[in-house]
Amino acid sequence: MFDGLDALLLARIQFGFTVSFHFIFPAFSIGLASYLMVLEGLWLKTGRDIYLDLFRYWVKIFAIAFAMGVVSGIVMSYQFGTNWSVFSTKAGPVIGPLMAYEVLTAFFLEAGFLGVMLFGMSKVGKGLHFAATCMVALGTFISAFWILSVNSWMQTPTGFEMSPDGRFLPGESWLAIIFNPSFPYRLIHTVIAAYLTTAFVVGAVGAWHLLCDRANLHARKMFSMAMWMAAIVAPIQIFAGDMHGLNTLEHQPAKVMAMEGHYESHPDGAPLILFGIPNSAEKRIDYAVEVPKTSSLILKHDLNAPLAGLDTIPDDREPPVPVIFWSFRVMVGIGFAMLGLGLWSLVARMRKRLYDWSWLHRAAVLMGPSGFVAVIAGWITTEVGRQPYTVYGHMLTAQSASPLAAPAVAASLIAFVIVYFAVFGAGAWYILHLMHKPAGPHESEPEHVPVRTAGITPAPAIATGAE
Amino acid sequence: MGINVDLTVVWAFIIAFAVFMYVVMDGFDLGIGILFPSFKVGDERDQAMNSIAPVWDGNETWLVLGGGGLFAAFPLAYGVVLTATYPLIIAMLLGLVFRGVAFEFRWRDPRHRALWDIAFSLGSFIAAFAQGVTLGAILQGVQVENQAYAGGWLDWLTPFSLLTGAGVVIGYALLGAAWLIWKVEGSAEAHARRLALWAGAGTLVAMAAVSAATPFLQFEYWKRWFDMPGVLATAQVPLLTGIVAFLFFRKLRGGATAAPFLLALALFALGFAGLGISLFPYIVPDSITIWDAAAPERSQIFMLVGTAIIMPVILAYTGWAYWVFRGKVGTHGYH
Ligand code: HDD
Ligand code: HEM
Ligand code: HEM
Repeated sequence: MFDGLDALLLARIQFGFTVSFHFIFPAFSIGLASYLMVLEGLWLKTGRDIYLDLFRYWVKIFAIAFAMGVVSGIVMSYQFGTNWSVFSTKAGPVIGPLMAYEVLTAFFLEAGFLGVMLFGMSKVGKGLHFAATCMVALGTFISAFWILSVNSWMQTPTGFEMSPDGRFLPGESWLAIIFNPSFPYRLIHTVIAAYLTTAFVVGAVGAWHLLCDRANLHARKMFSMAMWMAAIVAPIQIFAGDMHGLNTLEHQPAKVMAMEGHYESHPDGAPLILFGIPNSAEKRIDYAVEVPKTSSLILKHDLNAPLAGLDTIPDDREPPVPVIFWSFRVMVGIGFAMLGLGLWSLVARMRKRLYDWSWLHRAAVLMGPSGFVAVIAGWITTEVGRQPYTVYGHMLTAQSASPLAAPAVAASLIAFVIVYFAVFGAGAWYILHLMHKPAGPHESEPEHVPVRTAGITPAPAIATGAE
Repeated sequence: MGINVDLTVVWAFIIAFAVFMYVVMDGFDLGIGILFPSFKVGDERDQAMNSIAPVWDGNETWLVLGGGGLFAAFPLAYGVVLTATYPLIIAMLLGLVFRGVAFEFRWRDPRHRALWDIAFSLGSFIAAFAQGVTLGAILQGVQVENQAYAGGWLDWLTPFSLLTGAGVVIGYALLGAAWLIWKVEGSAEAHARRLALWAGAGTLVAMAAVSAATPFLQFEYWKRWFDMPGVLATAQVPLLTGIVAFLFFRKLRGGATAAPFLLALALFALGFAGLGISLFPYIVPDSITIWDAAAPERSQIFMLVGTAIIMPVILAYTGWAYWVFRGKVGTHGYH
């Protein structure tokens, strides 16, 4: 079925597939790790069991999501060498050390403390256990820091020198490489995205159980916490996204032209195209619904500011417009829908109907997976928008791939697709299964706790959990 | 200081250290996976699983450090080796996917536990075998032109690489059995002891076979091992191997719990030293030395600072995590 596809295209599909799958899990585990930290912290501070119950409820889900994040991530760290060996050889001196720092500072931290976080509550005591939870949460953040620095460097490379044989060599200062121009924006936008994604999952689970039983205190707590996140963080995310877009306009204008659907330049004020069908052959947007001059207002803060279009970019340096145009709209649309739900929850709170407004709960259930969709759509915008380069402006994707035969890449791609859908499908099913059960008092620890030295154990809360 | 430290050599040792840590730590995890089908369903299997559940993720992280470190310190070697062994790396990664999720899934889904147990052992076996074949593929050399891999995608497949593949599987099984002797009780421990005997013998045979075959692969290897006066130093490796093997079997029969594992580690360390003698200073024999592949000095220094500070911290808290889960796993607690 892959006839006529060359090794390069197959390698791109494979990378996009494995990294998109991978990112689904970090998007959830970065947020969930912090949520667990907050829950355990609240438990230690207030002593109220409801927080411990919620911690134990979500930690079981976390364990599964995290395991899937780890195994899909290990695939990623080898994909650079297997599929993009030329890129690795050339850019390795610059981005390799950043990724090595990620392993040293983040992955070991997460992995080292994960065992204690999952199984060690009764072995190390509350204080140390909380410290372990904090370390895991910190590890997920540090991991995001480094990998996004790498990715941002590929988008907006700075601080390097070219060697005569075409390798990227580090310049005087590593700070110029790490804190490249798009990095702060990408880090903030992505980490907030992870928090929002998690908040909407937690909110959906809470809402689902409220629909079954309005009096369920655990569901109320979850729902309320999640809706605070939605109401406060969604607007921040929209603002962060706007800033990110302005930054991109400065450094990667072609990407913004594609997001906006501006095939043509507009010397006196560009319209904001809300919807339409990009027609790359004719270089225009068919059936466009547009608001005059608004794009210039958003991007330049001036109704009549001129905006260049893709006609200023050579054809072979243009990113593919339709994908970016749509993925960007999906993300932004979801961003506003999240804001909408957050506002609705504030209204419900004011009217004291947060826990019994079924339509609100239904909407929250529906929005549960929206974070994942937005996150993937955002990445597609970012990555496809970087095309045709791997290192923006310096190295083409076509020059980056490994010298591999197409059948080898096709076979491995098929293997990845089958294995990922089977394994991660099963994992998703188990997670949904756990979410389907309401959280209750005396939530059990993960079942396979190798408890032995029952020193500081709180009453062994067994029996309820094993399904 | 007057002494001229060669950072490239330092980095070669750091990567070698990471790979060795990976081999012994994930080695026993994978070994348990390989031996898993021979344990009785129920108590024996659950104990075996529990003995590694809290630490497998940390163990596997050394693989990421080995790969990531190679990428950072020797980008050329990273690109060439991974392209040359492409199908093996993909197989290993997919094996690790199955093995990794099985830890969680088998507890979540008792009805399909048998299925996840199979995924666990099969995944472990494939990962171990692929790693062994990769080792053989590197030892026998790969074709490089213009700083890139120039061979076909099945060049790695030879009798020699299959031999090293089998060797690594048996060696990991030995580590796994020895770890279980230390961590589990009752019938599971007795069973592990019997397995360790067989795996120990098998490992020695495999080491002997690989050692016997290696010097014939390329002239270089032969010279390194058998030329005077180097032979006086290299001869120590087989000699020590003999002594360690003897002690291993004695302790195993004597009923010691920790000693067999530690001696199995020593056996691996010797095998690793032997590989080092064969390869150094090449990463890809006969075509790429560590200096050819090395990242520029600025990259090396930047990483070295971090590694020097962070590595001891990592070792400390990894040690702590092992300490928290010390002693026998026990049969209770997870019902
Ligand atoms: C913004 C966050 C983010 C992004 C963009 C990525 N990851 Fe990731 N990654 C994480 C955030 C993360 C994490 C939250 O830290 C994970 C998820 C689950 C986990 O164990 O850690 C993780 C796990 C994880 C692991 C397993 C670590 C372990 O053994 O514990 C590896 C090797 C990678 N990732 C590598 C990559 C590569 C090569 C990426 C890019 C192509 C990548 N990740 C994108
Ligand atoms: C240094 C790190 C990264 C490298 C070297 C890298 C490289 C690439 C390459 C070469 C492609 C193929 C592009 C194409 O041909 O279209 C790609 C696509 C993609 N990448 Fe990245 N990427 C990196 C980080 C990330 C991260 C962190 C994510 C987020 C999860 C990500 C998400 C994607 C997605 C969704 C695609 C699909 C787009 C497409 O196929 O066109 N990438 N990336
Ligand atoms: C309406 C609000 C939003 C705006 C204006 C916005 C804007 C942007 C822009 C311009 C980019 C591309 C940046 C570049 O590559 O140069 C981007 C990327 C991205 N967006 Fe959004 N976004 C919004 C909402 C969201 C939401 C709600 C999520 C997820 C919950 C999200 C997740 C992401 C992710 C993960 C990326 C890729 C990483 C990055 O480049 O930061 N965005 N966003």
